[in-house]
Amino acid sequence: MTELSRPIKVLLAKPGLDGHDQGAKVVVQALKAAGFDVTYTGLRQTPEAITQAALKTGADVIALSSMAGSHLAFCAKLKPLLEQAGLGKKVWMIGGNIPRQDHDALRAMGFSGVFQTGSKLEDITAFVERSVP
Amino acid sequence: MNDRLKTTQRKVVNESGIEIQQLYTAQDVQASGGDAMLGQPGAYPFTRGIHAEMYRKQPWTMRQYTGFGNAADTNQRFKYLIANGQTGLNVAFDLPTQCGLDSDDPQADGEVGRVGMAIDTLRDFEIAFDGIDLDKVTVSLTINGAAVVLIAMYLAMAERRGFDLKSLRGTAQNDILKEFIGRGTWIYPVQPSIKLVGDTIEYCAQHAPKYSPVSVCGYHIRESGANPVQEMAYAFCIAKAYADEVIARGLSVDEFAGRLSFNFNIFGSLFEQVAKFRAGRGLWAKIMHEQYEAKKPGSMWMRMIAGGGGGGLTFEQPELNVVRGAYYALISALSGAQTMALCCYDEAYTIPSEYAQRISLRTMQLLIEEMGLCDTVDPMGGSYYIETLTNQMRADMERVMADVDARGGIVKLVASGEVQADVSRQAYQRQLDIDSGAFRKVGVNCYKIEEKDPQVEFHPYNQADAQAQVARLNEVRQTRDAAAVAKALLAVQQAASSGANVMPAVVEAVKAYASVGEITRVLTGVFGHYQEPVNVY
Repeated sequence: MTELSRPIKVLLAKPGLDGHDQGAKVVVQALKAAGFDVTYTGLRQTPEAITQAALKTGADVIALSSMAGSHLAFCAKLKPLLEQAGLGKKVWMIGGNIPRQDHDALRAMGFSGVFQTGSKLEDITAFVERSVP
Repeated sequence: MNDRLKTTQRKVVNESGIEIQQLYTAQDVQASGGDAMLGQPGAYPFTRGIHAEMYRKQPWTMRQYTGFGNAADTNQRFKYLIANGQTGLNVAFDLPTQCGLDSDDPQADGEVGRVGMAIDTLRDFEIAFDGIDLDKVTVSLTINGAAVVLIAMYLAMAERRGFDLKSLRGTAQNDILKEFIGRGTWIYPVQPSIKLVGDTIEYCAQHAPKYSPVSVCGYHIRESGANPVQEMAYAFCIAKAYADEVIARGLSVDEFAGRLSFNFNIFGSLFEQVAKFRAGRGLWAKIMHEQYEAKKPGSMWMRMIAGGGGGGLTFEQPELNVVRGAYYALISALSGAQTMALCCYDEAYTIPSEYAQRISLRTMQLLIEEMGLCDTVDPMGGSYYIETLTNQMRADMERVMADVDARGGIVKLVASGEVQADVSRQAYQRQLDIDSGAFRKVGVNCYKIEEKDPQVEFHPYNQADAQAQVARLNEVRQTRDAAAVAKALLAVQQAASSGANVMPAVVEAVKAYASVGEITRVLTGVFGHYQEPVNVY
């Protein structure tokens, strides 16, 4: 159980130009149903915009949904920005079309939750619940 | 085995919400409306097919969605598919192109050529279609937000190669309203976006009358969570919105409606999909005949591409997607599609490999050559089940359309994000049902296996190719007539500001080698950018 006296705040972002947002919107609804305070950014988010949104919303969890294959390049750009903004200790997670061979690289970058297509919604919400101190 | 299948007493409801009986008879057909909307193939209301001979005369066009890297890479794949018997092309553009960005735009970094072909200027189009006979192979451009520029480029390229625009065939997807619901390659706000679709329809009606400037897509609305009835109903509402836009300019319905086409999805129950298409054909004909008073039969035809059903394919046990693709192709053929494109088995992972593309193409060829799908017209016609379901689904589509109108119309519902929220809620419920096992997906929630790395050939991202694309753009910028470009872009700006049809000015701009990004920036300067409603989920 989380020690927060308020709901866990999750920022869910769609990085880059990819327009496949069905999964992101489904996850938004699952996170809200689990009681989290969720902000959905919508499409076409740059690393800078995601960092700003995470600061503005005071997110405990920064989640990305990526379907078009640019996740490694994008996360490599996002990581230093989040760290510089003092968000290095927040929970970072990513889901979508993420081939298995990229999971270790993403975890090494700091994305502790990696959820590929086919993940159960309850596994995603449980991860958020147990990852936020 | 699924225990639920062992009882005959179970209640069965299809995805569209219609309860399915254990048996259908002639009485059920009669009770659902009989044969009032049946008719003969090639005659109003076209439920049985838009042509009398259908595949007896000519099989469906085979048009796999293809494009990656740069124009030269894509040109090679086009030629490979044509050499293997493909009869049309279906062009995939990369995301920067689809979003109206040049390859050197900071937002394009890492995306150039990744999910489709990168196009910056007319030079790229000249390379992409080099050596391809545009009279023999019709080309479909999967482009939406940036469609005014890419249609202009296609027409300019074809004209320069000596093809007569009066007889040039081809299609652009160019359905922006569905981009706001799903797929997401919008650029401008809703109202100017519809105006630009109107510009392309009007321009093509006058200059390229055989070209299909819009393919209205239920496909992506279905992917976003709509059921099969809603898929058709929303698509027809959207098609009507475009028709209304053009009619308000003074065109008559018969001047453009014959070139409207549709793009629909196939996954789920075979019978529900076949009935969906037969119902949709009758309903669209009825709408065009009764509401728009179309006179030409072609104005009432629901011409369609169908076959792909990305939402039905799975990441798990991807080889099963070959089988699913074959069933989807069968459904499409049983439904009288004009054009077929299948999703490849590896698409849940990557840009399809040449091997996967060939399997999809051969799947369609098997139906034509070995399975008898071209032997007779509307082979499912007369089935008590299919005819009853066709009648029921058509009535339900009309109810959904009436509901959209009662809530203020499709344009309002898209602008406010209400349609997006509606279909997204359904997608969420579907995911819950998959997670619980209530909705069965083979390999996902039943018949699972321990999977190692799948047998999928990943499409590599090539940074050097992206750099070469930027270099070519720079070379074009240095060698083109800068004054002519500036003048042409100013003309685009003036046309857009004055409310005139922008297409003539955009055609001149692309001929001067103005880039996708340059023209789009001029248009966003006038029309602004779309702001996505994100608080509705």
